[in-house]
Amino acid sequence: MRTRLITSLPLLALAVSAMGALSAPVKTAGGVSGTITFTGTPPRMRPIDMSKEPSCASQHPTPVMTETVMAGAGNTVQNVVVYISAGDQAGAAAAQPVRYDQKGCQYVPHVLVMQVGQPLEIYNNDQTSHNIHPLATINPEWNKSQPPGTPPIKATYAKPEFITVKCNVHPWMHGYFAVLATSHYAISGNDGKFSLAGLAPGKYTITAWHEKFGTQSQEVTVSASGTVTANFVFKALPY
Amino acid sequence: MGRLFAVVLAVITIVSAAIFIARIWWLPPDISVLGVGIDHQMTETMIASGVLFVVCQLVLAMFVWQYGDAGDARPIKTFPGGATPMVVIATILVSAEILVLTLVGTKVWGGIFLSPPDPSALHIDVQAEQFAYYFRYPGPDGKFGAIHPELIDDGNGNFFGLDPANDTAARDDIVSASLVIPVNKPILLTLHSKDVGHAFYVPELRIQQDFVPGLVIPLHFTATRLAKEEIVCTQLCGLGHYNMRAYLEVESLGQFQQWLKDHAP
Repeated sequence: MRTRLITSLPLLALAVSAMGALSAPVKTAGGVSGTITFTGTPPRMRPIDMSKEPSCASQHPTPVMTETVMAGAGNTVQNVVVYISAGDQAGAAAAQPVRYDQKGCQYVPHVLVMQVGQPLEIYNNDQTSHNIHPLATINPEWNKSQPPGTPPIKATYAKPEFITVKCNVHPWMHGYFAVLATSHYAISGNDGKFSLAGLAPGKYTITAWHEKFGTQSQEVTVSASGTVTANFVFKALPY
Repeated sequence: MGRLFAVVLAVITIVSAAIFIARIWWLPPDISVLGVGIDHQMTETMIASGVLFVVCQLVLAMFVWQYGDAGDARPIKTFPGGATPMVVIATILVSAEILVLTLVGTKVWGGIFLSPPDPSALHIDVQAEQFAYYFRYPGPDGKFGAIHPELIDDGNGNFFGLDPANDTAARDDIVSASLVIPVNKPILLTLHSKDVGHAFYVPELRIQQDFVPGLVIPLHFTATRLAKEEIVCTQLCGLGHYNMRAYLEVESLGQFQQWLKDHAP
């Protein structure tokens, strides 16, 4: 036992020094940030009538609105996925699971971003059965029933894709999975702001995706320090 | 053993008849103009078939009691030959009864399914889908927007496939998950299904009608009192069939007009 410990010590030292090399500060001080806005008149969001599912309807004192275009003050847009679509170095898949909730007969969050190969866990927090149906076209399509109180559904997606998610039981339930090949992504808040940090100096293509407004891309050059600004302006139509 | 069976038969007959006579499991109260005729027809059918049922079962029990196997192992010699005239008469009697019930019932049936709706009927369009109903009102312009199935987008509330960008008639269409109607006003529903067969059943209205994909099926009725009742699907339509329902809300005309204003898009 003693001899084994002694022989393994140099190995341990080697491993520790290797880890140190990996976690040594890489020159990644650069970043991209910006604001997403729109011009024109966006469609009006409509109240969702959940009266057929009283256990969900009772969770919402005021009617839930559709979430297609969530506009903030100053024509900002929420739920825009901003990510590096070209120029990023491939990294290992994220191991931390991402969580998707069915709560009050709504999908929370409305848009869930995950990386290719990242574990996805889908929970049913309601007193009713759901049947989640992500309408994947590039990845395999599936739909799974989930009665109340059952364990989370686990899944992963192997290819990048923006996937519409619906519930086969509650037609109004609607959400998206944004499966990305990069670990550098952000989702805009109600103020329309996003920020991508930790980028190595270089040229990148930044893409912004919105479920209604579509996608826009722009080229940015990130220097060793400082943050580049990249704003996106979408054109909105009332219908 | 034969006599015990006769007693059991008689008891079953009397108990099941009593359940109907006492109306323990009966229809819910009727709230529709046509319901009176249906209930009348239902009662007549129950009495005619009920009397026949009770008499037949009690006679059967009597015969079992009287002529049951005495345990002396004698072979049966005369069955089924002997009673031919009686079988013929019984068949004719039962057929006549069913025929008469059908003829009498045709009037009620025709009132629902064969007569045209009242010209002043309020027209509401109904879309059934897995696993919900949606109801559409034409809005202030009185016109329904055209339906474009390729534009159906449940998540964004476009359950009917309307095209408000190009179709002005579609812009004021009111879409609701509940069927809200004014009391004492003839209602015309046009039923269509997005996917598979469904049904529209409101026991209180005494109406049940299937949705058939590809067909637009008219259905008319008039509700006679304020109520909130459940609309349920009675055609097995898939996994969530058990949960496919909506509410019928019968309101006063004033309440209904206010509801329309509140739900204008």
